[in-house]
Amino acid sequence: MAEDSPEVEPFAIKDCTLIALATAKRAQNLRELQEHLREIGTNSIYYHFWGGLLRPRFDNPEYHNDFAIWIAHSLHNKILAERLAILDPVEFESLEDLRNELIETINESLDETEFPIWAKRDDQFEFLGYQIVVFDTKTTVQEPVDFVNILPRISLGSIFYHFIDGRNRNPNAMDDFRNWLMGLDHRYTDLIRLIGEICPYFTPLKKLRQDLTDLFTNYFQSESVQQ
Amino acid sequence: MNDILEKYAGIAGRDVVEHLRQLARPLKGLKFVHVNATRLGGGVAEILHKMVPLMRELGIETSWEVIGGEAEFYQCTKGFHNAIQGSPIDIPESLLKVYERTNEETAQKLEPVLKDADVVLIHDPQPAALIDHFPDRKGKWVWRCHIDVSRPFRPVWKYLRGFVSKYDASIFSLSDFAQPLPHPVYLIAPSIDPLHEKNVDIAPEEVLDVQNQFEIDPDRPMILQVSRYDRFKDPVGVIHAYKLAKKLIPPLQLVLAGGGASDDPEGEAVLNEVRLAAKDDPDIKVLLLPGDAHRTINALQRASDIVLQKSLKEGFGLTVTEAMWKNKPVIGGDTGGIRIQVVNHHTGFLVNTPQGAALRIRYLLHSPELMQEMSWKVKEFVRENFLITRHLREYLTLIYAMLHGQKERIVIG
Repeated sequence: MAEDSPEVEPFAIKDCTLIALATAKRAQNLRELQEHLREIGTNSIYYHFWGGLLRPRFDNPEYHNDFAIWIAHSLHNKILAERLAILDPVEFESLEDLRNELIETINESLDETEFPIWAKRDDQFEFLGYQIVVFDTKTTVQEPVDFVNILPRISLGSIFYHFIDGRNRNPNAMDDFRNWLMGLDHRYTDLIRLIGEICPYFTPLKKLRQDLTDLFTNYFQSESVQQ
Repeated sequence: MNDILEKYAGIAGRDVVEHLRQLARPLKGLKFVHVNATRLGGGVAEILHKMVPLMRELGIETSWEVIGGEAEFYQCTKGFHNAIQGSPIDIPESLLKVYERTNEETAQKLEPVLKDADVVLIHDPQPAALIDHFPDRKGKWVWRCHIDVSRPFRPVWKYLRGFVSKYDASIFSLSDFAQPLPHPVYLIAPSIDPLHEKNVDIAPEEVLDVQNQFEIDPDRPMILQVSRYDRFKDPVGVIHAYKLAKKLIPPLQLVLAGGGASDDPEGEAVLNEVRLAAKDDPDIKVLLLPGDAHRTINALQRASDIVLQKSLKEGFGLTVTEAMWKNKPVIGGDTGGIRIQVVNHHTGFLVNTPQGAALRIRYLLHSPELMQEMSWKVKEFVRENFLITRHLREYLTLIYAMLHGQKERIVIG
């Protein structure tokens, strides 16, 4: 840390998991989905946009939120699925704004629909909620350069906690890395800008971890060359 | 770190066990009681055999009690089981009375344990009515449903709901199964124990011994289904699929390995149907194994090329998880928890008919490179998602949340 930097707490690496809760709200067609969306808690909307990152899956999915996945695969409405899949929750100031956009987009589709499509009874959309459990890994980072060695070793839960969940906890919806660096001094303005350019939503957590590792590695390599 | 926890750390990861320790720390000394219907047979008993000592190792005072009764009690609860899974079964009033009386008697017997417990976890419908006999209970009571209750036969579910709705929380294995209830409803998938005899690594010689014991030719392809002889597991459909596949792959062998559970009176009738369907084919082995034949099942799973779980209804399908832990791709029925474990082209294939199963058997046996790729994918998939350590972490989370107030964010450590 630079000599003139203010006193800042070390960066404590946390880990997390999500545990899912049922809400008993189910939709079998688009209108039911829209009706539930009007009243469901924002906790559920968050889960259906972000929770997939921590759930068992293999591929980089074709659609990134659960609403788009269900509409594509169970209602076979690829047009609406594409319109919803492109929604990036990071671009919305609040989950309420995201909710309104979802409802509006579905409304447009309902206006264009002659006959409602129904999903099979055992293929309904299940609105879920979640609780997040946060663990202490007992690992701390004193200097930003330490991330070069630590990032490749931290869990995907830690990436989720610091890079995604952090946006719920910090001012200006800032991830934990940038939030911490901003408290150090002005030396890291470029690093903060570069972290801000990484898209958290359309990238699987493994790739996010790699992207962050590469970014920190390249940044401190070029900094040492300049010195 | 304690020995048992050290062993789990070696398999699931040190961070995973550290999570358990952090979650358990504020719960140390807690009195926790599991209640289910059998100590032998079925996935619930298997999980509890390892879950209970693991919880004790973490400092939680855990006990495991069992509700048992006369034949009519099991007849009634088997009726519940089938009705919850959708069969339109009217359970006579006389059997319901036996059910209620058995729960009342068990409540009297277990009163010293249950009335002072901090948390009571009741597994499945058999002991669900116990709660009625503890109006002044001190602790939190949670009902854990291991069955597919997505489309229950309503009159029976309505009856059971009368008991279940009195609990402080409930747990279902999948979101599809969750029913509206007036309390928090958690979704927690079950798990396998990698240290259980059924799942530990065993020597190839032991596998060969088991093949010899059951006259299975180790040089020919073999498919396997491990499950109770239960119509929902469709063992006759598996034989049909095998016969179709054998036309394309003549050396194919099929092993059906099942046991009975003490709470399943229908097993024998289904076993007879299976034997009838299998007769005259020396390449079909129908095995009735005792409840403790864990190493035999382990060896059979390792000896097989592909494992089938062609269920028509399934709670979760732990035999799928077990097979994948042994690097085997799975052809599974497109139902219940099999859906979240079997991912087409990654961990196996979902099928809806014997014909579909036969086609996938042929496809996999003719695609050795794909089989090879799947063999490591399936094991890692289980390691990350379906081991007992994850299961316990979610139970501990639930307990913590219930005892410390339901909050969206639970910060430990």
